[in-house]
Amino acid sequence: MRSDNWNGFKEGIWQNEINVRDFIQQNYTEYKGDDSFLADATPRTKELMKKLNALFMVERQFGGVLDIDTATVSSLTSFEPGYLDKENEIIVGLQTNRPLKRGINPFGGIRMARQACTAYGYKLSEKIENEFQYRTTHNEGVFRCYSNEMRLARRCHVITGLPDAYGRGRIIGDYRRVALYGIDRLLEEKIKDKENLANGNFGEEEIKLAEELHQQISFLGYMKDMAEMYGFNISKPAKDTREAVQWTYFAYLAAIKEQNGAAMSMGRVSTFFDIYIERDIKNGVLTEEGAQEIIDDFVMKLRMARHLRTPEYNELFGGDPMWITEAVGGMGEDGRTLVTKSSFRILNTLYTLGSSPEPNLTVLWSNSLPRGFKKFCSKVSVDTDSIQYENDDIMRPIYGDDYAIACCVSAMRVGKQMQFFGARCNLPKLLLIALNGGYDTTSDIHIGPQKNVIEGDVLNYEEVKERVDEYLAWLSKLYVNTMNIIHRTHDKYAYEKSQMALHDTKVERLMAFGVAGLSVITDSLSAIKYAKVKPVKNDKGYIVDFETEGDFPKFGNDDDRVDSIAQELTHQTITELRKTPTYRNAIHTLSVLTITSNVMYGKNTGATPDGRKAGDAFAPGANPMHNREENGALASLNSVAKISYDDCRDGISNTFSITPQTLGKEKDEQVNNLVAILDGYFAKKAHHININVLNRETLVEAYNNPEAYPNLTIRVSGYAVNFHKLSREQQKEVISRTFHEVM
Amino acid sequence: MKGRISSLQSLGTLDGPGIRYVVFMQGCPLRCSCCHNPETHDINGGTEYSAQEILENVLKYREYFGQDGGITLSGGEPLMQTEFAIEVFKKCKEKGINTCLDTSGCIFNDSVKELLAYTDYCMLDIKYATDELYQKYVGCSIKTPLEFLGYLSESGIPTRVRQVIVPTINDSDSDIEALKTLLQGKKIEKVELLPFKKICQTKYDNMGKEFPFGNIPSADVKRVNELQDKINQI
Repeated sequence: MRSDNWNGFKEGIWQNEINVRDFIQQNYTEYKGDDSFLADATPRTKELMKKLNALFMVERQFGGVLDIDTATVSSLTSFEPGYLDKENEIIVGLQTNRPLKRGINPFGGIRMARQACTAYGYKLSEKIENEFQYRTTHNEGVFRCYSNEMRLARRCHVITGLPDAYGRGRIIGDYRRVALYGIDRLLEEKIKDKENLANGNFGEEEIKLAEELHQQISFLGYMKDMAEMYGFNISKPAKDTREAVQWTYFAYLAAIKEQNGAAMSMGRVSTFFDIYIERDIKNGVLTEEGAQEIIDDFVMKLRMARHLRTPEYNELFGGDPMWITEAVGGMGEDGRTLVTKSSFRILNTLYTLGSSPEPNLTVLWSNSLPRGFKKFCSKVSVDTDSIQYENDDIMRPIYGDDYAIACCVSAMRVGKQMQFFGARCNLPKLLLIALNGGYDTTSDIHIGPQKNVIEGDVLNYEEVKERVDEYLAWLSKLYVNTMNIIHRTHDKYAYEKSQMALHDTKVERLMAFGVAGLSVITDSLSAIKYAKVKPVKNDKGYIVDFETEGDFPKFGNDDDRVDSIAQELTHQTITELRKTPTYRNAIHTLSVLTITSNVMYGKNTGATPDGRKAGDAFAPGANPMHNREENGALASLNSVAKISYDDCRDGISNTFSITPQTLGKEKDEQVNNLVAILDGYFAKKAHHININVLNRETLVEAYNNPEAYPNLTIRVSGYAVNFHKLSREQQKEVISRTFHEVM
Repeated sequence: MKGRISSLQSLGTLDGPGIRYVVFMQGCPLRCSCCHNPETHDINGGTEYSAQEILENVLKYREYFGQDGGITLSGGEPLMQTEFAIEVFKKCKEKGINTCLDTSGCIFNDSVKELLAYTDYCMLDIKYATDELYQKYVGCSIKTPLEFLGYLSESGIPTRVRQVIVPTINDSDSDIEALKTLLQGKKIEKVELLPFKKICQTKYDNMGKEFPFGNIPSADVKRVNELQDKINQI
C-alpha cells in the first residue's frame, strides 16, 4: 500500500502489513539531550485548562460526579458531539455530549449501572431498564455459571474484586493503527482474516472468532461514523501531527465509549507521535510550542475521561481512576533508546497543565536510558509525585520493545497480546482459613477442605506450612475455574469490539491472577517460624487471635530469612495456578498488586500472627508492612526486589514515600540521588516503583483541609490519585505508610 | 576483627557525596552538649560486627552508589575504633567502593593517618571556632581537630567541614567570621552549616539522660541559610 500521507517516511515492511513497531523503528529520532528545549503552555492552553479546572471544581462540589445521562447507553455514536470549547480545541471528542458528563454502560451488569445512578441521586431511565430486561449482561451470565463454592469464596472475600459485575478492562487497543493506516486498510485486513478462517477447520474456537471478527468489522465502521460526527474522515492515514494525534485519540475514545473496563490504558504513543512531529517541524509547518500544544490538548482530553462507578467499586479502586496508562521511554532491541523529544513533551504536561493522576505516566526505566532523560524524570517525580517507573531491562527480553503497560504493572505487546484480568486472592485470609480447618471467622462461612482446627498451644511452622500448601492448592484451582467462567462470559456478552479490532486477529492471551497481603502472610509465617505464636481461640474453638512472643525477622529489612518466604510463596502460588488449564489457553500470570483494595482486604481479615490486628489494612502491593522497616529505605527496596518477576509476570508493585530532606539537601542533589536509587533498584531486577517525595505533614494537612489541596497528587499503588478523591479510610491508610526519613 | 556498631542505615544522602551506606559506630570520647546521637557514647554498647560482615552488607547496596556514593563511617566517633575502620575501608577499597569518614577529628595519630590513606572523602566536624567554646561545650581542646584539618588539606583528601549552628552559642556573624578565619588557606570542598534540631530529645528521655542543650531552641533555618551564604563567600 502507498499513501501520499506517508511522504517523507522511510519505507519498510510496515507498508505491506499492519506493523506499527516497524514503522517506529524505521522512522523515529532518538533524543539524548536534556529538557531545555521544552516549551511552556501557550495562552490558548492556559485558558482552556482554566476552564477545565473550573469544571473539575464543580464536579468535586457535586460529590465527584458532575452529571449522568441516565437515558442513553454509551456507545460510539449514541451521543451528539461534545466539546470543552469548540473554537479553541485542537483535539476533539468527548465520551458524551458534555464535558465530564458520564454515560451509562450496562453491558457488564445492569445492577451496577442502577446502583451507581442511585448513589449520585439519579435514576436509571425506564427505557434502559426495559431494554436490558431482554438482554443478558456479563454479570448475569457469570452468575448462571458460578458454583456454590465460587459464590462463597467471593462472599467471604478470599477472592475479591473479580470483574464479574463490571467491565474487565486491561486491554490496550493499538490505537496508533488508526492514525498510521486509516480505518479502510484495517477493515480490509480484518475481512481478509475472516475469510481465511473458513479455509481451516471450523471448530468452536474458529466459529467464536468468526463472530468476533464480524463484530470487530462493524465497530471499525462505527469508529468512522463517530469521527464523521466530529467532521473528520478517518478512512485514510493521518497526514500530519494533529491528525495523527486526533485519529489515535478517536480510536481510544471509541474504546472508552464502548467499554467501562476497570483499566482503559493508552499504550505507548508518545514516540509514535514524535515521528509526525519531527516530520512537521522539518517541513516548517510546526514549532516546538505547536507540538507541545497538541500534546497538551490530547492529555487534557485524557484527563476528562470518566466512567460511572458505584461506591463499592470505589472502595476497591479509590480515586475514580481510569488507568489511562502511557508507557514512556525504554530502550529498543537494537540498543538505541526509544526516548524522543516527545517522551519529554508528554511528561512536560505535568508542568504545562499542572500535576495530575491521569494519564498514568509510566516510565520504562533502563540502566541505558540517556542521562538527560533520567534526570528529567527524577525532577518530575520530586516536583509532582505523579509518575511511576517500571523495569524495561527485565520486560524487554520478554515482550520486545513495543510493549505497553495496562493498568498499573501489566506488560503486554501492543496489539499482539491481551489480558484476562483477575483481581486477587487474599493470602492472609487463606492462612487463617487453613489454620481453622476450612472456616472463615470474619464471615462465618465454611469453605475449602473441612478439617480440624490446627492443634497445639504454640503453632508449629512445618505443620502450618503443610496446611497452607494444601489450602493454596485448593484455592488456586477454584480461582482458575472462576476466572474461566468470568472471561468466557465476558467474551460472550461484553466483548471488546473496538479494542480487539485494533489487535492482530491471532492474539495471545494472558490470564492475570493476583495476591494481596503478601507482606502480612510473609511476616506471619516468619513469626511462626522464628518466634513463639500462641493461637487464641473463641468459645467455639476457632482461632481468632494470636499472642506472639519474641522477635522475628520482618519483610522489608533485606533479611533473607524472611524475604525467602515471600519468594517461595509467590513461586508456589503461580506453580499451583498453572496446574489448572485456562479458558482459551491463556498464559497464567501473577501480580502482587492491590490498588487501594489493601484497605478493604484488611478490613475483612481477622488478626494475623505477625501482630496485625483484625480489620487493619494490609500494606499495598508488595510493600513491607508499614513501619516495620528498620534498616532504611534501600533495605526495604532490596527486599521487594527479591520477588521474582519470572514468577510474577503480571507485575510487582511497590509504593515508596520519602521526604525531600531525606533525598538530599539541594534540589539538584535530590534529583541525582533519586536517579541513583532508581538505577540501583532496577539493577537488582526489581519490577516497579511509585515514587512520592513528600512529607507526611502535607498529607495530614490535606486530610484536615481537603479544599486547600485540590490538586495534591500522590502515587498509591500502580497509579496516582488526587488525594481528596480517596475515601477517608484510604487517606488514613496512606498517611500511616512508611515515610523514609532520617533524623 | 570485630567492631562495635550502633546502627546501620542503608540510605544516607546527607552523609557524604551521593547515596551512602552509613555505619554508625559505637563509642565517642567527646560529650558535646548538642549531640544528637547519645546512644553511641558508650564504647561497650552496640552490636559486634566483623569487617567482613560490614563489607557484605555494603555490597548489597553497591548498585545504588552510582558514581559518587559509597560507604560512610560515622558515629559515635569512628576513630575510637581506628584499627577496625582501617580494615573496613581496606576491604571496601579492594571492591572499588568509595569511602567516606565522618569524624570530629579529635584523635590524630599514625593509625589515623593510615586510615586516611584509605579514605576518599572526609566530613570533618569543626564544632566551634574557638578553643574556649570547645572546652566549654565539647570537653576538649580545638588543637587536635585543627591539626587533623591541616593534615587533610596537605594530603589533598576532599574535605567537607561541617558545623551545627546552635542559637545563642555560635550563630552570630562574628562566630562565622571566626570560622572563616580558621579555615583560611585550607583546601576545603565545601563548608556545610547544619541547623541545631531537637528531635533527639526523646532519645535522651528514653535513656534517662539530660540533654545538655535541651533548653536551647531549634535553629531557625533562615538564619542558618544566611550564615551559610556568608561562609560561602570564602
